[in-house]
Amino acid sequence: MELKDLSLSKISELLDKKETTSREITEVFLKKIEEMDKKTNAFITVCYERAVDMADTADKRRAKGERGRFLGVPIAVKDNICTEDIKTTCASKILHNFIPPYSATVVEKLLQKGAVILGKTNMDEFAMGSSNETSYFGPVRNPWDLERIPGGSSGGSAVSVAGLESPASLGSDTGGSIRQPASLCGVVGLKPTYGRVSRFGLIAFGSSLDQIGPLTRNVRDCALLLEEIAGYDEKDSTSLPVEVPQYSSLLTGNIKGLKLGVPKEYFIEGMEEGVTKRIKEAIEVFKSLGAEIVDISLPHTDYGIAVYYLIATAEASSNLARFDGVKYGYRAEGLKDLKEMYIKTKKEGFGEEVKRRIMLGTFSLASGYYDAYYNRASKVRTLIKRDFEKAFEKVDAIICPTSPTTAFKLGEKTGDPIKMYLSDVFTINVNLAGVPAISIPCGFDEKNLPVGIQIIGDYLKEADIMNIAHAYEKAVSGFRFSPFI
Amino acid sequence: MPEINKDLVKYVAGLARLAFDETELEDFTNKFKNILNYVEKLGELNVEDVSPTYHPMPVNYAMREDIVKKSLDVERALLNAPDRKDDFFRVPKVVD
Repeated sequence: MELKDLSLSKISELLDKKETTSREITEVFLKKIEEMDKKTNAFITVCYERAVDMADTADKRRAKGERGRFLGVPIAVKDNICTEDIKTTCASKILHNFIPPYSATVVEKLLQKGAVILGKTNMDEFAMGSSNETSYFGPVRNPWDLERIPGGSSGGSAVSVAGLESPASLGSDTGGSIRQPASLCGVVGLKPTYGRVSRFGLIAFGSSLDQIGPLTRNVRDCALLLEEIAGYDEKDSTSLPVEVPQYSSLLTGNIKGLKLGVPKEYFIEGMEEGVTKRIKEAIEVFKSLGAEIVDISLPHTDYGIAVYYLIATAEASSNLARFDGVKYGYRAEGLKDLKEMYIKTKKEGFGEEVKRRIMLGTFSLASGYYDAYYNRASKVRTLIKRDFEKAFEKVDAIICPTSPTTAFKLGEKTGDPIKMYLSDVFTINVNLAGVPAISIPCGFDEKNLPVGIQIIGDYLKEADIMNIAHAYEKAVSGFRFSPFI
Repeated sequence: MPEINKDLVKYVAGLARLAFDETELEDFTNKFKNILNYVEKLGELNVEDVSPTYHPMPVNYAMREDIVKKSLDVERALLNAPDRKDDFFRVPKVVD
């Protein structure tokens, strides 16, 4: 039994055939985590004992004849998704000791199906970052080159898959936080349509942008995990009351005659040559599969980052007001009154980037600035959304790079917020519009670092973009999703 | 663009219940200025007749029947309390 072969679908197949047990599989991954995590720091909490208990329970259920795709299958969960009785920190000092009394809906669904939680993955503090360097628990390192960042904010989730520390993981994506690290680590990552997956129990960052989604080794696993976690949830009033297709059964690999749009605004100055080359080659692969490549324009692309950093921070400044030292998490000491408690707790509990974003959001919403900043940004958001709506009148999906660069070095962009924010230039508009997108690996640059291509779909067209991704995956005979294979 | 100086940063920090040391304030004001400079580009667009998007999907099904359901029990809710007394969260003095 080799770790590199243990995809989600392979694990459930082995378990169904009784060739192994959940306990055996779980212990193999826990051992790998123990070894790898000294280098990668992908996990904040590893559930050494609890995972084995969960595996034993799953094995008992299987012994009684029960079956299920996730029964006994281990996965990793990003540390901003609440897990009952398992510490959930958001990679922040302010929640360093928080033990949720309930689970997020996505976790609850997986637990009911008998999935095993290996642990909670490291991330940028409160999911605010593109390099996984803002974590209170230290940076995460990219297994393809340990001197480099894995992307963010779901860096730990992506690394756990690329480092063979888990078969798959859950991440969250507010401006690219699943797709960008997936791209930089060479794995598959999907951000669903806004509302496709319940946000209940996801510690909120930008509530009109956040979505939970899968990071996996291949497209089929991505489909399997998405169909398990998607669906309406009465606990999230923004989740969509729309039936969930059986995505995994819709992967035909046939994309003949599909129209794929290539937006001219996504081939910008400053994009690395290694990325441009691989994307152009991938476009040729799509052509050879019978897809029609159409030049399109998303004219407001360039405004996305400015819009995002006013809207996401405005929502964050409101969402993060709850961390005040009263009901949970860190509380400063030696306080004379309530106001001092709020100020000292936040000052000591939040890291620099989180404070910067709270400040920017507070400013953007403040009386006197609201119209010129938050509201103007919300109007430009409409223009960005319309760009996509118009494009999807002409094409079935959009293909473009996920990130303008491959993984950069630790510390390379930490001093310059704007430079860091520009890492998300190709992913952010997708969140602003609310449409779904997937990032899949499409080869390596001259430094042998993974490059990712992004496939963006119309609202609720996850099945289509996964099928396009799957067609590519088949054409290139599968992905090299880890440096260890 | 308003003038971004330490006073404005202090004012916003007050609204957000945050505080900065003098050295942090300097660095912060500079970075804040750079970010606000960058977002100025939104001013290039004419958005007079554009309605704002606060939400990517229309939400109009948020109503439900008002039925009492089981909620978190008191002990579970107090599990993470930094300080408690009996069944309450305890905080520093609010009024003299």
